[in-house]
Amino acid sequence: MRSFSKKAAATLLALALVAVACGGGDDTAGDPTAAGNDAADDAGEDDDLEVGEDGVAADRADLLGAGATFITPVMLEWIRDNEPGIAVNYQSIGSGGGIAQFLEETVDFGSTERFLTDEEIEDAREIRGCEPLHIPDAFGSVVLAFNDPDLIAALEAAGQDQVILDAETIAAIFLTEITSWDDPAIAALNPDVDLPSTEMVAAHRSDGSGTTYIFTRYLSDEDANWDAQIGFGSEVDWVAGTIGGNGNEGVAAEVQQQPGAVGYLSYAYAVENDIPVAAVVNADGNVVSPTIDSISAGPDSIIDTIPDDFRYDILGVGADGYPIVGTHWILAWECGYDDATAESLKDFLSWVVTEGDTLARELLYSPVTGSFEERVLAQIERINSAN
Amino acid sequence: MTDRKAEQVSATTLDPAPNRLRGSNGGRRADPIFRAVLMVAASSVLIILAAMIIRTTIEAWPVFAKEGILGFVTGQEWSVGTSRSEVTGTYGAFPFIYGTLKISAIAVLFAVPLAIGIALFTNEIAPPWLRRPLAYTVDTLAMVPSIVYALVGMYFFRLYFWAPVGRFVADSPVGNVPFFSGPVLLSSYWSAANILTIMILPIITAICRDVFAQVPADERNAAFAMGATRWEVMSKVIVPHSFSGIVGGTMLGLGRALGETLAVAVLIGSSQRWAPRLFFGGDAMTAVIANTFADAHPEAIWALLAIGVTLFFITMFVNVAARLIVARVGERVGGGAVV
Repeated sequence: MRSFSKKAAATLLALALVAVACGGGDDTAGDPTAAGNDAADDAGEDDDLEVGEDGVAADRADLLGAGATFITPVMLEWIRDNEPGIAVNYQSIGSGGGIAQFLEETVDFGSTERFLTDEEIEDAREIRGCEPLHIPDAFGSVVLAFNDPDLIAALEAAGQDQVILDAETIAAIFLTEITSWDDPAIAALNPDVDLPSTEMVAAHRSDGSGTTYIFTRYLSDEDANWDAQIGFGSEVDWVAGTIGGNGNEGVAAEVQQQPGAVGYLSYAYAVENDIPVAAVVNADGNVVSPTIDSISAGPDSIIDTIPDDFRYDILGVGADGYPIVGTHWILAWECGYDDATAESLKDFLSWVVTEGDTLARELLYSPVTGSFEERVLAQIERINSAN
Repeated sequence: MTDRKAEQVSATTLDPAPNRLRGSNGGRRADPIFRAVLMVAASSVLIILAAMIIRTTIEAWPVFAKEGILGFVTGQEWSVGTSRSEVTGTYGAFPFIYGTLKISAIAVLFAVPLAIGIALFTNEIAPPWLRRPLAYTVDTLAMVPSIVYALVGMYFFRLYFWAPVGRFVADSPVGNVPFFSGPVLLSSYWSAANILTIMILPIITAICRDVFAQVPADERNAAFAMGATRWEVMSKVIVPHSFSGIVGGTMLGLGRALGETLAVAVLIGSSQRWAPRLFFGGDAMTAVIANTFADAHPEAIWALLAIGVTLFFITMFVNVAARLIVARVGERVGGGAVV
């Protein structure tokens, strides 16, 4: 018995030692990397070094943000290159998570592809005692990608660049009412093309997603049948016979592997992976293929109608605009920040809206420009103004 | 066993001198302290489990209250609402429950005969130099992370094995049976069931190997001495003798299949619908939770927790059923029970 208790004591002691060792290890492991990061940052921004050293302690703070995955590629570039030199930690956890964390006040800013509901706004007012602000920082679009070598061959034979779809046919494909490319409704839009009879499989996002919101919001607005059966949201009740993929990667994998698949993807993702996409008929009856210019034309066409609280959908796009377009918003508060955080947030967002355009375009996001940019900058100035 | 023997030895051989028996103060206190430590360790499992169930059930309660437990379990429609304070959507989890049970059942159906075959080969047929490497290889399958299975299934197996086999079946006369009819989708119950088969194979195989090895050598030798062939020994002595162990291993495999998340989420199709067809893209309980929680509104999260609670009770039911079966079978056949 005695030796047993000694063993037990020895074991406990050993465990304690291990725990201490681990704890110590973590600390020492954490410090050098942190220092390394700082060093790398400083080395990369020689000009800002002095400003940074004077400024950091006085009126700058590191920012913490969380939300949409859709914006992550360009957000990371903005964070790396931002000239005010503000350190931002962005957690790419999805729009829903971004809104939840924002309302729980665990982050400095949220990031989302859908605006807050009235209920969320009311809750927000109760939580912090002031307005939550919507700050648009980029536009993105959703394209229809497909997998059908026969269709590509038929398009080439007819000398047509892209297959043409409109809201009704897109809705019918995703309601499984149209099940092959040679359906009369699609043939009417592509009269010169000898459409193949490939069996279609509609592929959608299985995760809740801003991309789904933009796509279903568009269809809901354009097609009464869709609105009645499915409606819109970041997650909807898809009909039987469709398949889901997790994330853009998941849908892209389905589209590239499943013969006959038709799926919707974030534009940037389709371009980067060189997946063939469809041209879409917009509200004015023009056939528009998705390009960075046609995507920018969508928001431009409705910019005068955007309300002052910046909660809007981009619908009824006409002229040269590609019609399936959505907005990405940063969520911030009108009050309750300490001065350093508020200044950093304002500096960072102002830089993104005014100077971040090139980076956004490079990564195939449509930036905020022109008179709208001025309105957004005025909105940014409201941050922390209601203290 | 050995501990008890050691105690007996010390009790009979050592002279219980009063001083030594009393020992130091530390020694006397160590026993109750150690006992308390063990009590805490054991009860922590119960406390953690209870906390999880109670907490998730409370969170999920508004959904159960609105749909009714039966309505939630049998409801066909899953359309989420956007509220933060009340349940506005419709939450019927039947498509997910159906999917989970279906793919798990198919996986068990495939994996158990395969596992018994592998275990018999390793223990009885394989040359001795091959047995250990073979056993290690099967065990290694169990160490492959779920995400790797998911990716390999997604980019390789389903393209070159499962879908072609599915198309062959759907195009053959068997395809006239509604259950096996086309079209064959890449992401389907079929693909998910296949990946689960591979994933639960190691545990069932390992348990089968263990129980087969426990069959008394006397019985095997007696059968051989009576002139039984290898086939007869395996089918009439080893497998029947190990029946309850096989059932136990199967139930462990089934438990793993019910709870597997990532590989299923990637391969099942995630359409939030169900159909009594094998090559249909459906959905499963774990898959819908993993796929949708990140972007869910608060009320949808309650509904996902309700699925979690339901899955917990299904798993518990499977566990209890397994124990009952093993106990009943163990009484009848005897020996070899592991679980």
